[in-house]
Amino acid sequence: MSQATLGIRRISGHAGPAPGEDVERAEQVCKLIDTTTCIGCKACEVACLEWNGYTFTDTVFDNSYQTMPETAWNYWNLIKFNEHEREDGSITLLMRKDQCMHCADPGCLAACPADGAIVQYTNGIVDFQQANCIGCGYCVTGCPFDIPKFNPATKKMFKCTLCVDRVSEGLEPACIKSCPTGCLHFGSKDDMKGLAETRATQLRENFGFAKAGVYDPAGVGGTGVIYVLHDVTNPEAYGGLPKDPRIPLLVRLWKGPVKWLGGWSMFFGVLGVAIHYLRYGPKIPQDGHDNRDDSAPGHRDEGVKP
Amino acid sequence: MTNGWIDIKNTDMMLIMGGNPAENHPCGFKWAIEAKRTRNAKMIVVDPRYTRTAATSDLFLQIRAGSDIAFLGGMLRYAIENNRIAHDYLVNYTNAAFIVKEGFQLPEDGLYSGFDPATQTYDKATWNYQEGGDLSGEAATAAPVSGHSSASPLPAHTQPATNQSGPGLTGQGYQGASGAGAKTAEPAKPAPTLPSNTAYDLTLQHPRCVFQLLKQQYSRYTPEMVERITGIPKDQFLKAADLFTSVRKDGDMKQVGTILYAVGWTQHSFGTQIIRAAAILQLLLGNIGRAGGGINALRGHSNIQGATDMGGVFDIWPGYLKTPSPADVDLATYLKRTTPTSSKPAPWESFNYWSNMPKFTVSYLKAMYGDAATKENDFGFHYMPKVDRNYSWTQIWDNMYRGSVKGMLAFGMNGVAIGPDSQKNIDALKKADWLVVGEIYPDETSEFWKSPGITAEEMKTINTTVYRLACAGFAEKDGSMTNSARWLQWKNVAIPPPGEARLDQDIVAQIFLRVRDLYQKEGGKYPDPILNLTWAYTNAQHPALGDLAKELNGNALADLTDPKTQVTIKRGQQLPGFAWLKDDGTTSCGNWLYSGCWTEAGNQLARRGTDDPSGQGIYQNWAWSWPANRRVMYNRASCDSSGKPWDATRKQVWWNESTQLWVGNDVPDFKPDSHPKDHMGPFIMNPEGIGRIFGPLAALADGPFPEHYEPIESPVQNALHPNQSNNPVVKKFTTAADKYATPGDGFNIICTTYRLTEHYHYWTKNNQMNVQLIPEPFVEIPVELAAELGIKGNDKVKVTSARSYYVAKAFVTKRIKPMTIDGKKIYQIGIPIHQGYRGIQEDAGRNARTILNRLTPTVVDPNAYTPEFKGFLVKLEKA
Repeated sequence: MSQATLGIRRISGHAGPAPGEDVERAEQVCKLIDTTTCIGCKACEVACLEWNGYTFTDTVFDNSYQTMPETAWNYWNLIKFNEHEREDGSITLLMRKDQCMHCADPGCLAACPADGAIVQYTNGIVDFQQANCIGCGYCVTGCPFDIPKFNPATKKMFKCTLCVDRVSEGLEPACIKSCPTGCLHFGSKDDMKGLAETRATQLRENFGFAKAGVYDPAGVGGTGVIYVLHDVTNPEAYGGLPKDPRIPLLVRLWKGPVKWLGGWSMFFGVLGVAIHYLRYGPKIPQDGHDNRDDSAPGHRDEGVKP
Repeated sequence: MTNGWIDIKNTDMMLIMGGNPAENHPCGFKWAIEAKRTRNAKMIVVDPRYTRTAATSDLFLQIRAGSDIAFLGGMLRYAIENNRIAHDYLVNYTNAAFIVKEGFQLPEDGLYSGFDPATQTYDKATWNYQEGGDLSGEAATAAPVSGHSSASPLPAHTQPATNQSGPGLTGQGYQGASGAGAKTAEPAKPAPTLPSNTAYDLTLQHPRCVFQLLKQQYSRYTPEMVERITGIPKDQFLKAADLFTSVRKDGDMKQVGTILYAVGWTQHSFGTQIIRAAAILQLLLGNIGRAGGGINALRGHSNIQGATDMGGVFDIWPGYLKTPSPADVDLATYLKRTTPTSSKPAPWESFNYWSNMPKFTVSYLKAMYGDAATKENDFGFHYMPKVDRNYSWTQIWDNMYRGSVKGMLAFGMNGVAIGPDSQKNIDALKKADWLVVGEIYPDETSEFWKSPGITAEEMKTINTTVYRLACAGFAEKDGSMTNSARWLQWKNVAIPPPGEARLDQDIVAQIFLRVRDLYQKEGGKYPDPILNLTWAYTNAQHPALGDLAKELNGNALADLTDPKTQVTIKRGQQLPGFAWLKDDGTTSCGNWLYSGCWTEAGNQLARRGTDDPSGQGIYQNWAWSWPANRRVMYNRASCDSSGKPWDATRKQVWWNESTQLWVGNDVPDFKPDSHPKDHMGPFIMNPEGIGRIFGPLAALADGPFPEHYEPIESPVQNALHPNQSNNPVVKKFTTAADKYATPGDGFNIICTTYRLTEHYHYWTKNNQMNVQLIPEPFVEIPVELAAELGIKGNDKVKVTSARSYYVAKAFVTKRIKPMTIDGKKIYQIGIPIHQGYRGIQEDAGRNARTILNRLTPTVVDPNAYTPEFKGFLVKLEKA
């Protein structure tokens, strides 16, 4: 989507530092979702569609108020409805707005092999650049929240952009603007964290929710979307919110030791070739050239322009 | 609403019952959330289903549909037993201390005194106060009241008609299902009246004082009884009662509780009495008139409040003036009947604002007939129709079904879908000669002849001529809408109407002008009411809504001078407000309540001032609120008898000793110079000046206190009085289409109906964006019931009532639990109203095309004539 005027912190599948890295330290933006005041009205679903120019899709009733089972490539914002039985046997209806969590340490970006297909701006927004996307779907593997979705027609991946086009112009995301109860807030991560903690304290002290707390999982470095939950010890009850989300081991290996190992094996391979050359002389008349390249398959030069 | 949407943020306690604001009023509901967030306010939700409102509540109780009075009666008993009452408020601002006449009897057997089983009506002579002054301290010698055991009517009241009861909005007695053409005109005998010097006992000890009667009436509503009737376990009920009444713990008056309700209360054969029960509870707790308090009706359409204010019901004129009856032979007779004189303890004062009835009425007639309304012709009173019987919604359809109503103009509503008993309404339209539908979509009413079950053969036999007129939608016209908070807000046109679509007022103008032409050319039986009607709009063919708003506000027809201030209003000028209205024909005003909306200062409805100096969300300069731009009604009651606010942190109005005036952040709803020591009551619209815990005389058709009655279709007998299970004054309809079920016939599941956030009535099934959010009709079924019947989620199910059937998918949910009612296991199911046989999914053949209201019974509340959509009996099976 639009890169607008934001600085970039990280780029998927990119060799070397992100252009302009460390030049700018933007404020981290954050969306706060207070599930305890969400009324599941779906205004955010409609606002998301309208702002991003998507039309309606065909849906089928599925024993729920929920619009569809999961978010879709053209439906990035979905309220998940969960009938939940409390310990005392009473019933409650948990409603959670599901969308990209904009992780500080984004698994999708880590897993993405396409240079510039996924970027993280300095304000923390994680954004897909469909022009660079190769549709491999590795980002799905990398995401602990099951967010990126594939459009079979264009063979590209899509997800919530945190309305980067609005945010870069100083506006709040469309979902925030549409929320009638004010359960959605937008601001700096510090402010949102403070607001969330205050609300959680209020819930614990005045409304009898002893386990109320803030969901900002450390496993992904914290998120750019945080929740206030009635029971922070049981996020799974809110439609599969993982308790301790982490970037999958394979992805971490892929971009960590494996990448490192791959780099060194490449280096030693080339070194071996060089030694071989020094020792045995040229086999083919060709320049010995150190072409170390630690990028994953699919590297292309046209990356993200700062 | 006595208060307003924003005012909810000032509350400490909310009881949400008979309404589902999170789903049906999500934008207004933000203020409930605000109260929780900023004041730690608590929220109790009582509903047959665990709703999205319940999801944000602090306490949810699942109630059996139609047992609300039992619950509220239990709350009243709890408040009295535990002394959680506002004692000073009760004594000074309500009729708690008033003594009721000897002979009045409480409905221990289900009937109040005066019932006539032959006509199913009450002789209300004993539903009155006793004449006589201060009886404080005379309790010991007084004759007590007992529940009576015989239903024999008492002798008719013979007191001379010197003092009429106030023009209450309800209870005129147009009850029941009369046959086509049957006339049940008001009896000509003089109606009983309120005494001018009411007997009272300020110690509240007199056995016949209202407070003691209230205590006696609800002594039967024990927590055990509440559990038997409502299905709410005793401990949960007590938790709710304790929580709600905790605002009056130890007599402290600072805290405030509010009650929010919607059609979940009105749509019962005792709906008005449910609201009465809530109002009594709020009076008992001293919550009316106060910021964050009140009794608040959440209206379901953007302008339904406006429709009611403008007399969109057969028994009221604009501004809640009563429609005249044939017994009102002239204006003087009518005004004598409808203008109350004050009735109160002699040392007290009563503003009795309805004493201005002649001014409101004559000004209204001047707005209707202009120069043709003269003193000599009773200001055109004889041009106005006299209402000889019940012309309410269900009655109109009944009359069409019986063949006496031959045609219908249907604007702004989908007649056959909104029911009750859609099939009866469809069958009625088959018999009509013509039907005009003004709509933005082709709807079920305009295509009634395509409803499911009508064969191609039958279609050929339907001879009704249907005229379908394309109308403008809300964004395509300007004008004002009146919201639940009584704000009149002006809106501008966003886009012009598409194609041939026209504005409603243009269509009405065309019809009127052509009918008038016909009368002019051809004469007729009585052309005067049409020929003399004023139509003084700038463009007669296209009346501007601004012109209409000005007409409603009213203007001076002669130079007027206020004798006190010497301020003069010139002839032709807009009036500043209803205080200027006259009964001599020198003022014109289309709706006295709206007077002040479009003054010489211009369109007050378009004001958008955002100043709120008090921080209470009053916003005096935002739009305009009736009456007189007051935001909280009866706000005199926010102060103690000396004129000091009960809570200094939420000051609304107060008595200013130095200026000798009532002043405040809000406009005082009171006589501005009435000194507190004069003891004028804050409830200025009642001739007593006080809040009515006891509803005297004709205030209500079915009793001065609310009593629990079972819905017309109920799975159980009334636990309080099995021999009088239903509301005794409610009559069933009698056509072949009117069938009523009993559990004995196998109809033993309670069904209730409701709306969803995702849809707006029957409109949004034409909008893909809404359809996508909730694409198909469904029936919410408790898990346990589904298991018994072998129904799984998404299975197709058929719901059958005594009238018809409905087919949709099963939504098997844990949010409705099985209930134990009087020892019996009872299931409830719920169905949203939104689908029909015209719409995106319907046209694509993706649903069964049945209208929900095929299921609902034709039976109405005896005061407001609202049908009983909530709580009727059905069978459920896999389709």
